[in-house]
Amino acid sequence: METFVRRAPRAAALVAAVVLLALPPFVSSFMLSLLTQALVWAMLAMSLDLLLGFTGLASLGHAAYLALGAYSVGILTTRHGANFWTALAVGVLLAALGAAIFGLVALRATGVYFLMITLALGMTVWGLANRWVSVTSGDNGISGVPRPRGLPFDVSGALPFYYLVLTAFVVAFVILWTVVRSPFGKTLVGIRESESRMRTLGYHVWLHKYVGFVIAGAGGGFAGVFWAYYNGFVSPADSELATSVEILLMVALGGRGTLFGPALGAFVIVLLKNVVSIYTHRWLLILGVVYIGTIVYAPEGIIGMARDWLKARGRAQLRPAPSP
Amino acid sequence: MARKLSITALVLLVAVALALPAGAQKGPIKIGFLAPMTGGAAQIGKDMTNGLQMWLEENGHQIAGRKVEVIVEDTQGQPNIALTKLQKLVESDKVHVLAGGLFAHVGYALAPKVDQLGVPMLYPVMAADDLTQRKPSKWVVRNGWTSSQPNHPFGEYVAKTLGYKRVVSIAIDYSFGWEQVGGFQKTFEEHGGQIVQKLWAPLGTTDFAPYLSQIKRDADAVFALMVAQSALRFPKQYQDAGLKAKLPLLGGGTTFDEFVLPSLGDEAVGGISALIYSAALDTPQNKRFVTEYRNKYKKVPSYYSEVCYTTGRWINEAAKAVGGEVENRDRFLAALRKVEVPDAPRGPVKLDAHGNPIQNVYIRKVEKKDGELWNTVIHTYPAVSQFYKYKPEEFLKQPVYDRNFPACKHC
Amino acid sequence: MSLEFFIGQIFNGVSYAALLFLLVGGLSLIFGMMRIVNMTHGSYYLLGGYVALTVMWRGAPFILGIVAAAVVIALIGIAEWNAFLKRLSGQELGQVLTTMGFALIFQDLGLIIWGGDPYTIKLPAMLSGSWEVGPYFFPVYRVFIMGVAVVVALTLWLVLEKTRLGAMMRATVDDPEMARGVGINVHAISMGVFAMGAVLASIAGVVAGGFVGVYPGADFEILPYAFVVVIVGGMGSLKGALVGSLLVGLLDNFGKALFPELSYFTLFAPMALILAVRPTGLFGRV
Repeated sequence: METFVRRAPRAAALVAAVVLLALPPFVSSFMLSLLTQALVWAMLAMSLDLLLGFTGLASLGHAAYLALGAYSVGILTTRHGANFWTALAVGVLLAALGAAIFGLVALRATGVYFLMITLALGMTVWGLANRWVSVTSGDNGISGVPRPRGLPFDVSGALPFYYLVLTAFVVAFVILWTVVRSPFGKTLVGIRESESRMRTLGYHVWLHKYVGFVIAGAGGGFAGVFWAYYNGFVSPADSELATSVEILLMVALGGRGTLFGPALGAFVIVLLKNVVSIYTHRWLLILGVVYIGTIVYAPEGIIGMARDWLKARGRAQLRPAPSP
Repeated sequence: MARKLSITALVLLVAVALALPAGAQKGPIKIGFLAPMTGGAAQIGKDMTNGLQMWLEENGHQIAGRKVEVIVEDTQGQPNIALTKLQKLVESDKVHVLAGGLFAHVGYALAPKVDQLGVPMLYPVMAADDLTQRKPSKWVVRNGWTSSQPNHPFGEYVAKTLGYKRVVSIAIDYSFGWEQVGGFQKTFEEHGGQIVQKLWAPLGTTDFAPYLSQIKRDADAVFALMVAQSALRFPKQYQDAGLKAKLPLLGGGTTFDEFVLPSLGDEAVGGISALIYSAALDTPQNKRFVTEYRNKYKKVPSYYSEVCYTTGRWINEAAKAVGGEVENRDRFLAALRKVEVPDAPRGPVKLDAHGNPIQNVYIRKVEKKDGELWNTVIHTYPAVSQFYKYKPEEFLKQPVYDRNFPACKHC
Repeated sequence: MSLEFFIGQIFNGVSYAALLFLLVGGLSLIFGMMRIVNMTHGSYYLLGGYVALTVMWRGAPFILGIVAAAVVIALIGIAEWNAFLKRLSGQELGQVLTTMGFALIFQDLGLIIWGGDPYTIKLPAMLSGSWEVGPYFFPVYRVFIMGVAVVVALTLWLVLEKTRLGAMMRATVDDPEMARGVGINVHAISMGVFAMGAVLASIAGVVAGGFVGVYPGADFEILPYAFVVVIVGGMGSLKGALVGSLLVGLLDNFGKALFPELSYFTLFAPMALILAVRPTGLFGRV
């Protein structure tokens, strides 16, 4: 029975992989576009998880990096005809640069202050996106972003593009997985548990947090690049406060500190937002209930609930059968 | 053996017959309608859907002999959500035709996707100039207007008839605002006027104090382009800043729209604007339209209601022209581009060679009648196209109107 | 830049600051006391406006609208705090998500009950119009808002500095554990402060309803401003709330007028800079 408990997560991951790889050619194009969208947000949520789940820093400004990546693509492809690799590099680097600058300010604080400072920093990006009209086109957003150019294969079709995004997701996942499994990642977890202890043990706490912050930002930018390509459009809405909060929800709903969890949370929220509003206009209400329900009923997220359920099953199996 | 063969053949024949799409019997015509049903522009979304619904109810929910099913999707006024809903309507709901959308920037964002999906979409409201000028879209049929269309004659009217020489413009800072001001400025300055200051306020601005205090007091008038809740706030704040007494207020098309008039008071009286419609238009078909709409929805119809009402008629005319076979998208698109409506509530409407309506432009003045505010029509410019008096080739040589074009030479 | 321009902008900035202070005055104390990140604060603001509207549509005068709004929002705030927020002290993420959930629910409820139309609150006649002073026009209503803010600020200051209740509140802000140790009913005080913060926000919503109106989306529009004022002014400090409001109000107005392309940036960037130097805000007590 213990093997089932241990094998279940791996089995679930396998099922997910098969579904994501093999199913898309057979689903409707609407579902395909939802899956593509969900993968982008999954990448974004995972990048935030590095900060929130593994380092213990809740940021209310993560959408800023989504926006930096997206606007890079928007501006470079529509005004300078840039190809995919250029746009991707600039997007990720710009987001990393943003995180490098913001990190210097934000990491002077923790807890509630960190939340508030990252909110303010996120708002500076929102402000620029909204009002620096000559660069970002303001409220109009940037439309007409073409599908990625310069790749060895044509990705203008929905299915090839999906597989491109899936590849990107796998790349992002592998990188983040490596980071959290490394000694660096373990140190981050130690910092999450107790900063003072890590400090007394001789770790350079601030530097670790800073590097983690920058990696998370770069990850956000990476997702942002594909968000722009997916929509063909970039707008200031990508950087607003509600977006940052939504990414937090995805991480919390899925289960922070697990990477898989936030990815799953992203899928749930994307599907919820798009499918629920088909059946009712009251999707805001339902989303609100999800926010509250997550904290009240599943503070450890879906993955946490699954783990508890598996543990309970494991224990039940080990209990001896009642004697006749 | 023979019996087995014939039974098998029979079963196969029946199966094939059942699998084949039925010839004469067709399902309903599905219209996918995009509008902001939640968020700051929710009421405008309702005006839009009400307009379409009213036409459908008047015509028994039938188009070209087939039943009609309208699927309304909420864009929340956001382009990225509109894009997702668009895909859902086409790929999941398999609509035959799309219509709707409110903001011009949503219009620019949707057009490439509409072309990619290859389903006709009617734009009755979204006025983005370039979609029928320098960035034409194959599958978008614009049966509404361009942002600059009513302001070309208006600029001339203000310069020649009202005699204003120096005007300050204040407008919402996005493509619709840029194009409205641009159209006004072009003709106003060609007839001797001067725009002496251009102010821009972000979309959604409700507190205009920082902008009002900048307005040059030595001008002759102020041209203000406001939309939705900005339109609601602006006239009162303009009056409170002491400007109404000094500088007559000219409006862009949506500034004094019937949508906001019921919520405005005396501060709006006297405002002059130009648009393709006025609820006060004194024609039999409009009077009937306004009375029916008021009875049904307890509100005076706005131009949003009118253009969506006429959209129902538009789809009907095109569907009739193809004998109800809207499944043939190319033929249906061609028919949509050929529709002419000589007696819409707003007057005669037909498309020009670039796919934008040629229609009347009404100069209106806000007046109080029986305690209500109406846009009295004080002048009509008949059959105005998006190019006004300019030759299309000449007009298309200039760039699309934006913040910096036309340049503010007299600022 | 003429003198008229400066005076005009300063007046606008200060009147906007007055509105912000009403919105944020209680929030700063709530932060200081309970460290609660309350995304529902914008909803209190909007719902206050809606409640006042409903009451005034039935013929009640403006002042009754304010009272009704205060009462209803106080009840909602207390209910939210008792049922959910009390349990989440120290869990910032939980607070953000729970209060965000409520904010979304309230937004939808607002749509269901009052529809999507933007409304204006009709001002009493004596508050309409403007005072003409030479070449300047000062809308009476904006002066009124400043007056209300001054009254509220004075009352709060008097209570905090000169009364026993105020002393207990300050003690709870400084060190809740010690306060509990010396016998202060921290629970009751916390609930009271939370309710007060909500009431002030609702009053701000009614007051703002008179000139920017009451419309869906106003709740989320005002939220970043509220947080930024609290962050910059410093949590737990009334003086900080005042200074922060003035700073934001003036920066916002001058920024829009002088650097329109950077107008939000000129607001949030100085915030970030101040925080870079003093992470707890200018006058933060905690």
